[in-house]
Amino acid sequence: MAPALVWLTALMVVPCALVLALAFFRRGIYGGIDYTFTLENFGLVFDPLYAGIFLKSARIAGTATLIAVVIGYAAAYAISAAPRRWQPVFLFFAVLPFWSNYLIRTYAWIVLLNREGLITQLLRWLGYTGEPPSMLYTEGAVIAGLVYNYLPFVILACYAPLSRLNPELAEASRDLGASAATTFRRVILPLTVPGIAAGAVFVFVLSIGNFVTPALLGGGRFQMIGNLVYDQFLTANDWPFGAALAMALIAIMLLVLMVQALAADRASGRAAQTKGDADG
Amino acid sequence: MSEPRTLLAIDHVSKNFGRVTAVDGISLDIRENEFFALLGPSGCGKTTLLRMLAGFEMPSDGRILLDGKDIARTPPNKRPVNLMFQSYALFPHMSVRANVSYGLEMERLPAKEIRSRVDAILATTELVPFADRKPEQLSGGQKQRVALARALVKRPRLLLLDEPLGALDKKLRGAMQLELKRLQHEVGITFVIVTHDQEESLVMADRMAVLKDGRLLQCDTPHAIYEHPADRFVADFIGVMNFIPGKASADGVVAANGARIAGKVPAALTPGASAVASVRPERIRLFPSAETANRTTGTVEALAYHGLDLQLHVRTPLSPKPFLVRVTADAADRRPVASGDQVELGWDAADVRIFAE
Repeated sequence: MAPALVWLTALMVVPCALVLALAFFRRGIYGGIDYTFTLENFGLVFDPLYAGIFLKSARIAGTATLIAVVIGYAAAYAISAAPRRWQPVFLFFAVLPFWSNYLIRTYAWIVLLNREGLITQLLRWLGYTGEPPSMLYTEGAVIAGLVYNYLPFVILACYAPLSRLNPELAEASRDLGASAATTFRRVILPLTVPGIAAGAVFVFVLSIGNFVTPALLGGGRFQMIGNLVYDQFLTANDWPFGAALAMALIAIMLLVLMVQALAADRASGRAAQTKGDADG
Repeated sequence: MSEPRTLLAIDHVSKNFGRVTAVDGISLDIRENEFFALLGPSGCGKTTLLRMLAGFEMPSDGRILLDGKDIARTPPNKRPVNLMFQSYALFPHMSVRANVSYGLEMERLPAKEIRSRVDAILATTELVPFADRKPEQLSGGQKQRVALARALVKRPRLLLLDEPLGALDKKLRGAMQLELKRLQHEVGITFVIVTHDQEESLVMADRMAVLKDGRLLQCDTPHAIYEHPADRFVADFIGVMNFIPGKASADGVVAANGARIAGKVPAALTPGASAVASVRPERIRLFPSAETANRTTGTVEALAYHGLDLQLHVRTPLSPKPFLVRVTADAADRRPVASGDQVELGWDAADVRIFAE
């Protein structure tokens, strides 16, 4: 316990406190920091220009989450339905890209989506002669990059409850007269929601703060909050405003995590409560 | 009495998994309203056969006729057959009531009818106080009753039960055996139960089938199977049997030590062939009268007191294994025996069953 506490304090609490403190100061005229107290930085976060970037980031992260959950759940379902001895192999291949460098994986998408990239070449080979489609440096490219990079998390998070599911539950549902689709909707899906929620929160939190993928696949003009924070610290040299933006981002992430924790807690708490009632 | 109507006819059904034959050409008739048991050691194919009746496996060969209609290829949700799973397979996210209602909701019955039928079956299975609980808040016996209620509420033509008492402790099992029989009588549904417990099927079944290695060895009433087992395996598997190995003769078996065991020799057994004579422990008498056909002497090696009776292990020259002899409490009181005593054993020729070895 104690080593973990020291580690947490030194690497999490102190840096966050420093950044938080920074947000309450003024920017110096020549960059740097003017140590006079102000709330201006937080006011600026709600400026329509920056609030718009927050909203756009949330929308992109939300879209990426939705797509990743649909694909990831389907993949996890397929893996859990495969013969037992093959499942670790399929899981290994599903997670394999994750062991290569994030930047390399993102650059690979540039090679794919480029105007004269692999997809365009494939279209040409299939007989397409028109303008090459512009796919790189779009919102779609950013979403594709995010989905691709965080898919393994979703697959692992959804595989866990799916593989633990007693296969006789689905059989019992069929035996009682349910079609395969009804069995999925009323038995399999509700019992695997915790995995979906865990995977979704993971993708959303990692996506909304991401700055590498929008920078590489979205092009220079494309901004998400992560890029904004990055720019304030390293380009505009406005550390106090960067700190305020970072704090707002952390607040959003904490909110999402808290909602998930609360929902999970309520689900288990309700069961415990009815148990108490029944025993009493 | 007229012959009861056949409800389900299993007609030369086989099932192969790759190169493994799990069920090998089984034919059986299950009658309307009977309590039928499929009995056999693990791996005998009884569970595969049950899963084919439920619709989770398709036979590689043969027909399954329910009311004369072949249902071998009908999916499980389209046949009037319900299965009570060994693990019970209760839906953990649903209350007892929701679990029991599920099957009727699938039939798209009016809500009012669902409610009254669920209420009725919850009352029959004494589950009313637990209707709002989740499965995890129930004891093993209660879960078992929910699984039963969930299947019975559908009023199936045939209810299949896969080792229904396997997860219960011994005492509860005894009570549930009688409870199941009572329920079956009350609801008037044909039950097919799969079990590896021979005692369970003797107690519960009207008729039973003994399976081994995917084949049907014998199908009859528990009494007929116990008293007239079809072969050595059935004789050994059902109840306890004492075996005396030897060679067949015209009127019995000649044991390894030369003693003659009188009994009826099956026609298929030619004199001189390897054979075993067998006799049930409760058919052996201590200190028999002089005219008893089969007699031997032995040494009591061990005594086990069971309250109802006394079980003796008696070493005899007839077989390498000691004989098991059951003496009623009465007889034991009249003439007490102790470990190490020399005793005389005897049994009638009519109680001897002879099998090919």
